[in-house]
Amino acid sequence: MDNNEKKPLEKVCIICAKGNLEDVMAALIMANGAVMEGIEARLFFTFFGLDGITKKYMNKLHTATVGNPAMRMPGGLPFPTLLGAIPGVEAGVTAMMKKGMAKLDVPPVDEFLEMFTAGGGEVYACKLAVEMFGLTKEDLWDDVQGILTVGEFYELCDGDRTQIIFT
Amino acid sequence: MKELDIAGVTVKLDDEGYLIDSSQWNVDIAKGIATQSGLELTDKHIEVLKYLRDTFNAGETLTIRKVGKSGIVNIKEFYKLFPKGPLKLSSKCAGLPKPTSCV
Repeated sequence: MDNNEKKPLEKVCIICAKGNLEDVMAALIMANGAVMEGIEARLFFTFFGLDGITKKYMNKLHTATVGNPAMRMPGGLPFPTLLGAIPGVEAGVTAMMKKGMAKLDVPPVDEFLEMFTAGGGEVYACKLAVEMFGLTKEDLWDDVQGILTVGEFYELCDGDRTQIIFT
Repeated sequence: MKELDIAGVTVKLDDEGYLIDSSQWNVDIAKGIATQSGLELTDKHIEVLKYLRDTFNAGETLTIRKVGKSGIVNIKEFYKLFPKGPLKLSSKCAGLPKPTSCV
């Protein structure tokens, strides 16, 4: 048998557990990038990541300005944590992030999810987290395909060329 | 690199099947490249290819989102026309280089 045979990825299951703008975006870019390449993709939102598919919050995600050591001022100087705590700063930084992404043709969350599902991607919510936050199916984005237990999620991750990615 | 004879013209393709000299492109060559990928082009396909070429030649980066907003097809239709990697497949048929966008 030829051991050098290439075995391209066939499916990715991506878990988004954090609700910062860039965390949700990273998950969406990875997931949408997969369907763009013809790779089957499933996105699973849990804990604070659920904000990314909660109607009320999905287009109002923020970048955290406190507790983010990689955050810098324009020009590259360190961004003081206390500055990040001042009201309005987080909104300003978030606006800058959004502007930067829009420039690269990265769509807002709802449109991104639509692009992803238009390409055949599937979106799921975690049952435990939905119950913990007291959410219902109605609170979630309309095209969420289901609210799953961990076991059901793993069932969707079958196939020997499948990868699970936790962002 | 490989060569492909299409409608009496010999064109050069790179290892992944992208046309090397984009200026050689015409509808017949598009159909020839598409056949290599097991795709039969309709007028709708051609319309998309022409849009891609115009946009690319205007210096813009091609993205699926832009195609979806082109007014020619929506994103779902785009995936249907060019299954399994629509932007790559359509760029290939349009005689354009491999797309470099992550979105």
